[in-house]
Amino acid sequence: MIEEGVVLFASISYIGLLFGVAYIGDRRADEGRSIISNPYIYTLSLAVYCTAWTYYGSVGRAAGSGPGFLPVYIGPTLVATLGWLLLRKIIRISKIHRITSIADFIASRYGKSTVVGGVVTVMAVIGIIPYIALQLKAVSVSFLIVREYPNLVKPGYFTTVPIFQDTSFYAALLLALFAIIFGTRHLEATERHEGLVAAIAFESLVKLIAFTAVGIFVVYSIHDGFSDLMTEFRKTPKIQSLLELGHAPGTYADWGISIFLSMLAFLLLPRQFHIAVVENVDEDHLNRAVWLFPLYLLAINIFVLPIAGAGLLRFSGMGIEADTFVLTLPISEEQGIITLLVYIGGMSAATGMVIVETVALSTMISNDLVMPVLLRLHFLRLLHRGELKGLLLFIRRASIILVLLCAYTYFRFIGEFYELVSIGLVSFTAVAQFGPSLIGGIFWKGGNRKGALCGLISGFLLWGYTLVVPSMAQTGLIPDHIITHGPWDIGWLKPYALFGLTDFNPISHAVFWSLLVNLSAYIGVSLFTRTDTLEHTQATLFVDVFRYSEDTSPLWRGTASVPDLHSLLERFLGSARAEEAFSLYAQRHPAAGHPLEAGEEKTADSGLVDYAEKLLAGVIGSASARVMVASVVKEEPLGMAEVMHILDETRQVIAYSRELERTTEELVAANERLKELDRLKDEFISTVTHELRTPLTSIRALAEILHDTPDLDLSQKEEFTEIIIKETDRLTRLITQVLDIQKIESGRIEWQITDVDLNSVVKDAVLTTRQLIEEKKLHLDVNLSETIPIIKGDQDRLIQVMVNLISNAVKFCDPGGKIEIRTEMKPQSIGVSIIDDGIGISTENQKIIFEKFQQIKEAGRGRPPGSGLGLAITKRIIDFHRGTVQVRSRPDEGSTFTFFLPLPAQTRPDNEKPEAP
Amino acid sequence: MPETRPKTRRLSALFLLGCLLFNYPILSLFNREIFPFGIPLLYLYLFSVWLLLILLTALGAHSKTSSPPPEISDISKRSRK
Repeated sequence: MIEEGVVLFASISYIGLLFGVAYIGDRRADEGRSIISNPYIYTLSLAVYCTAWTYYGSVGRAAGSGPGFLPVYIGPTLVATLGWLLLRKIIRISKIHRITSIADFIASRYGKSTVVGGVVTVMAVIGIIPYIALQLKAVSVSFLIVREYPNLVKPGYFTTVPIFQDTSFYAALLLALFAIIFGTRHLEATERHEGLVAAIAFESLVKLIAFTAVGIFVVYSIHDGFSDLMTEFRKTPKIQSLLELGHAPGTYADWGISIFLSMLAFLLLPRQFHIAVVENVDEDHLNRAVWLFPLYLLAINIFVLPIAGAGLLRFSGMGIEADTFVLTLPISEEQGIITLLVYIGGMSAATGMVIVETVALSTMISNDLVMPVLLRLHFLRLLHRGELKGLLLFIRRASIILVLLCAYTYFRFIGEFYELVSIGLVSFTAVAQFGPSLIGGIFWKGGNRKGALCGLISGFLLWGYTLVVPSMAQTGLIPDHIITHGPWDIGWLKPYALFGLTDFNPISHAVFWSLLVNLSAYIGVSLFTRTDTLEHTQATLFVDVFRYSEDTSPLWRGTASVPDLHSLLERFLGSARAEEAFSLYAQRHPAAGHPLEAGEEKTADSGLVDYAEKLLAGVIGSASARVMVASVVKEEPLGMAEVMHILDETRQVIAYSRELERTTEELVAANERLKELDRLKDEFISTVTHELRTPLTSIRALAEILHDTPDLDLSQKEEFTEIIIKETDRLTRLITQVLDIQKIESGRIEWQITDVDLNSVVKDAVLTTRQLIEEKKLHLDVNLSETIPIIKGDQDRLIQVMVNLISNAVKFCDPGGKIEIRTEMKPQSIGVSIIDDGIGISTENQKIIFEKFQQIKEAGRGRPPGSGLGLAITKRIIDFHRGTVQVRSRPDEGSTFTFFLPLPAQTRPDNEKPEAP
Repeated sequence: MPETRPKTRRLSALFLLGCLLFNYPILSLFNREIFPFGIPLLYLYLFSVWLLLILLTALGAHSKTSSPPPEISDISKRSRK
């Protein structure tokens, strides 16, 4: 036997415990040691999604339609996977713009529109009140049932209770008190309430434990485990039908639409938005919450079907409501402790929802409905009143009480006609109407205020027509005729079968039509109407939130006097906090100096104005803050010129960054080149050293012999001195080459420009190299064109080029090979070719032979003689004469080196009419 | 700027997978009177997929590609532009 006093005591102790938890939460927050700043508390607080509807109603639904209770929890699971994409974006936007509620969010997105905020608030209040009523009903009914323990009560018993004996009336009052104390304790720039969140998380824990406890009790104590229970179920045809979905037309469509609807509801219910977004401490908490929260949902759903089935088995034919099985099963087993635990769990589910929902709704009502209207109505008087903080808190508190009273009234007069789930789904459908404007608003810049308004209003009207009107008909407020025959007997207007659509259940039917019309109106109207500048600005700030950092607000172009702004903040934040805010601003922007220091006539820049507006928005919502700030600011709206200017700046920044990128690339390439040159230089030094050492060594060796053996015979002496002379020549040549290239490179060479006959250059070079050629017994063939003109150039250098090329050819020819030298006229130039039949050069090597210090190492031949500078010098000399040098070669087939020098201007063949002398 | 980091893509793919597995026609394949281990097939299927999805989400959400702090990521995004 549980005395009524025991139940009352347990209830009051439980709520007292909640007050305690919330108090500790708030105190810890004040001390700066937050207990809610971790992903687990965040997850638990998100579970405010599971209300009394989950707790009692799921079982009712499962007893009626089997798996049909699940989509409501599968939807949020799916959204959670998108949490990282969707929720994080909403949270980021809300933090930057200090959003306080979902109405505020939508209003802010569409140009801080008072009208949009108001419409969303009205829709939310109308849509949610029945849902709150449902929770009160759950509290009331569960109390009445437990009070009768161990007797079972039947439906119909409840209506007789007068208001002042009704527990839910007192529960409503207590909850209002709780919401007022912890939801409106003080005005914060960010609408966050740590104590409240702590209490909600605690409640989520209680309801999960209680529901799991009763589930385990039913499955393992009353029955013999899952499989035993299932075997029992299969024996009863009525229960067996609950084990699958059924095959009626529209079953799967209803299922899919339910999932879709609950996905939207999870994001858009004011309490979910409040907990998930406004109360979010750190967006990284999402990392864990996106999978822990679905896990919570899974856990709380495992025992739903077993409890429903067990209830149907036990109470078959006794007329017990399935919504109460969770309580009545332990009662029928006379388990007092479990009964009490279940009762407390149910209360935690109901109260958690009521508290958060009323706080969220009251914020919306005060910030987006009452304040804007008051500011407009009594414009002058309100703006010149001193302290508005008190007024704001009063409005919040009053609206909490009002919402709860409305909900209670609804429950007393209408709510009894429904089972829990259907009321919940009607509310879901109402808030789902925010979906197009909110989700569209953060991904599509094109959505504008008119589109959002048309979508919201049309969707809401259709919701009313397809769900509220029929429910009024059912309660007898309007004639039943309208459901069965349609208004004025127009068949295709029947609220449950609009345009003859009959395959869906009423909820799916309403979701389909209302969202279809809502979305079409939103997109259609947005596309065909004008968007004003502020809307454009907000759209960009919302959609591209990850691109703009917190301080980006250069688009606000207003000025105001600092004292005006200061007194405005003072009125809503109190003077201490206003002072603090201004100091903080001064700290962050040291260049501007402290705004309050410089005397009374200082003008606030747009940055400070924007800062003040955001601070205010955190307290009274963006739409109201706009009105307030506009009253002290001489705002200059953005004109076309400014917009173009901003665009231009952006374009320039982009151009700059491209240029930077290009320069960086060039630098990187240059660096690579430098490194390569450095490597080549090192190699060259070792080469040159080696080349210098070899002749030096032999000179020294021979000189030593000559010195040490005076009696050497003459022929040998001559031979040795000859070698010494040759080696010395080689040394000289090498040093000359190094000096040459160094001179050319540094531009210090002195060019002797005279008239040059290339044929005689060739002849001179051949003379110089005759000895080399004869030594190797090569056959030389010289073909000179007699028609080539005299050019301007440095004769000695050109001879050097020829000598280089010829000795190069000699070097790579096998003894007895052939060399041909040819000069010829080309259309634009004179070509000189040196053709050999030596070892040839591979294609890769052809590209690098003209580079400095490159020596080609051929397999089997080792390093060729020479410094590797000859061709490099050649190329530079030809370059100086504005000519080109090229090589054509294939390995083992010889090489052809050709250089072309340009014709002097007056002798060019295409220059038909040279100017008369 | 579209979010193209691997984490976002992975989780979005999971969302699509979930939508597929929880709906017609895949769902209808399991809507039968079969009782593996004495448990109705449909429930077994729904809860298994649910659990699988949670596990995959956990893996996806804790993958190594953690986000840099907002300011830095903003800057780096801008300079990459």
